[in-house]
Amino acid sequence: MGLKKMMVGFLGSVIAIGGFLEVATADLKFPMLVYRTGAYAPNGIPNADGFVDYYKMINARDGGIGGEKIVFPECETGYKTQVGVECYEKHKENAMVFQPMSTGITYQLIPKASADGVTVYSTGYGRTSAKNGKVFKWIFNAPATYWDGASIAVRHILKQNMGNIKGKKIALVYHNSAYGKEPIRTLQVLAKKHGYKLMLLPVDHPGQEQKATWLKIRKQRPNYVLMWGWGVMNQVAIKQASSIKFPMENFIGIWWSGSENDVMPAGAGAHGYKALTFNAPGDDYQVHKDIKKYVHDKGQASGDGSHFGTVLYNRGLFQAMVQVEAARVAQKIHGTSKITPAMYRDGMENVDLNAKRMEELGFKNFAPPFKNTCENHGGSGLAAVQQWDAKAKKWNMITEYMYGDAEVVDKLIAEDSTKYAKEQKIAMRCN
Amino acid sequence: MSVELLNFIETVINGLMSGIMYSLVALGFVLIFKASGVFNFAQGVFALFAALTLVGFQTGQVPFSHLINELFGTNFHNWYPSLHSFFAIILTIITMIVLAWLIEKLVLKHLVNQEPIILFMATIGLAFVLEGVGDLMWGSDVKVLDVGIPSGGSEWLEKTTVGWASEGSEYYGMYIDVLNVWATIIAVILVTALALFSQYTKTGRALRAVADDHQAALSVGISLRSIWVLVWAISGFIAMVAGIMWGTESGVQFSLSLIALKALPVLILGGFTSIPGAIIGGLLIGLGEKLAEIYIGGLLDIGAIENWFAYFMALVFLLFRPQGLFGDKIIERV
Repeated sequence: MGLKKMMVGFLGSVIAIGGFLEVATADLKFPMLVYRTGAYAPNGIPNADGFVDYYKMINARDGGIGGEKIVFPECETGYKTQVGVECYEKHKENAMVFQPMSTGITYQLIPKASADGVTVYSTGYGRTSAKNGKVFKWIFNAPATYWDGASIAVRHILKQNMGNIKGKKIALVYHNSAYGKEPIRTLQVLAKKHGYKLMLLPVDHPGQEQKATWLKIRKQRPNYVLMWGWGVMNQVAIKQASSIKFPMENFIGIWWSGSENDVMPAGAGAHGYKALTFNAPGDDYQVHKDIKKYVHDKGQASGDGSHFGTVLYNRGLFQAMVQVEAARVAQKIHGTSKITPAMYRDGMENVDLNAKRMEELGFKNFAPPFKNTCENHGGSGLAAVQQWDAKAKKWNMITEYMYGDAEVVDKLIAEDSTKYAKEQKIAMRCN
Repeated sequence: MSVELLNFIETVINGLMSGIMYSLVALGFVLIFKASGVFNFAQGVFALFAALTLVGFQTGQVPFSHLINELFGTNFHNWYPSLHSFFAIILTIITMIVLAWLIEKLVLKHLVNQEPIILFMATIGLAFVLEGVGDLMWGSDVKVLDVGIPSGGSEWLEKTTVGWASEGSEYYGMYIDVLNVWATIIAVILVTALALFSQYTKTGRALRAVADDHQAALSVGISLRSIWVLVWAISGFIAMVAGIMWGTESGVQFSLSLIALKALPVLILGGFTSIPGAIIGGLLIGLGEKLAEIYIGGLLDIGAIENWFAYFMALVFLLFRPQGLFGDKIIERV
């Protein structure tokens, strides 16, 4: 090859790469940390499908956000913390927001993303005290935290017992990880406040074998069992509970222990099992109609489309919607469609998803309204209780959305976040 | 009887029965190791693959449907609405035999006379390939597996034992999962059948000859390759049984492959070359870990110790009896 040809080829490549970079930076990059393989794939796949279908719908229906297309490279974490961190490092350049889909990964990303100036949105999981926006500038966990979840579960139990649960026994069966341990402190404080006895029952990853745990429950007869489980742990726990004939209406899971996948293997035995939720199940919302029209009917559904309308798919839609809305708000605040990661953070901090806005976005009555502020990155803290109907094979919402115990939760959040601020030498903001 | 004693007996029985579930996985490892000296890392994935295939046949799912639909724009998902479990099991056994033949043809044949570590590495590769193929073939959803084996607590035992406790004490009867009782019966049948097969059939004797000495077996005209296919097929069958038992408990999903981790301490304890060892090892590990979780964990107010306690037991055994309880004694002549 002659020198001239080589030069032309080189220049051509430079121009092509330059052109690509220009396109790449103009797009809005929402990297996705997913787990479509491994032990937690049955949970990871429907959730990731919800994200992808929503982004595809926004690109197809609206031409992106403010004219900017959404790009959403996927990175497989297998729910492994170390791999999740590697995925973050690989995709952090020009990334608007990361949704780690794992409390363990979120904990690792909090200091990194804060230093890099990248928004982390851990929807209803992750570090609870990140709700305090005065300390955690880059981290958001709206619409509800695990401590809200724990206190809402206890509130539900209180309601069933005319406000008196003194002397009752409540067991927490939890995934022996950062995620599962998150509600312990709140439940301990609430135990002091309401006079119930708390039993802690950790289950090691992945949770395939839980016989000893449920023998303990059978012997010690707690009145209620709360569960912070994920993956196969949920299915085995529900099956074991039904095996020992634990009253299923007294078994309440967090919102990550309440999908169709979790209850189906137990069959009729799962009837009556309860779980918290901050979004509704079903596929008759406007957003579903739009996804069907702009994505599924064109043969572009993520996966085989079989998860459409399931609990975790709908949660993916909700999470993606909040992330997209944050970009719109950022564009409005800064008067440009070409927002930077720092501008995106401002958008996330000013998201106001009131009932009217939810309806405009196709999410009418899909989830309770919430609003982020400088001080509050954790949203409303509202969640409802849903119950599994094994005959009809569907979840029914059995309560209104309710608040947790702010008196306890807010104090704990202030304590924990202040401690973190001192350790990390973070100056309080929002003054 | 005191409630404490009854609870202790209940823990012992449940521990032993959990152990049987571990033994079902360990048996597959032992068979292959005995006949070919290969530690089959893929045994857990075998159980997963067999269970996925079984549910696939039961529900009439089209293998690779997602891939086919993506490539050709079709919408195939099911051949037929459902198939009786008996026929689904037969089809799964045939699939596992074909898989064993393919493994021998594509992998083992090319690695004859290689170091054991090379063969071990090959089975690691096999595990990941098979897991990926299983995912492509049948999808990653949690699948409900029901072949008609009853599960859940035994009401009969509960009612019978509820009066055994001292008068006035709070006791609710003894708990045993019926699924575990069935697992025990199936394990006994399996071990008996394996023993009869290896003692009284020509192929069984050939299998034992290969297990004793490859070179000597070859010299008397035994085909090493057909024995390997046979052994891998039998261990595929055992994997299917383990997959059914574990899959009935939790649904069939990819974490099922991790049950292999439960078999490792069983093998260390019972020995890699002994079928009775796999059973006794399983019983001891199941018993030890359940007693540890409930009594040591209860005493120290800690939980989730059963996983590592099984390995602790195995480690202690390794120090005093490296070949395991029933394993062949390692004698090296200098």
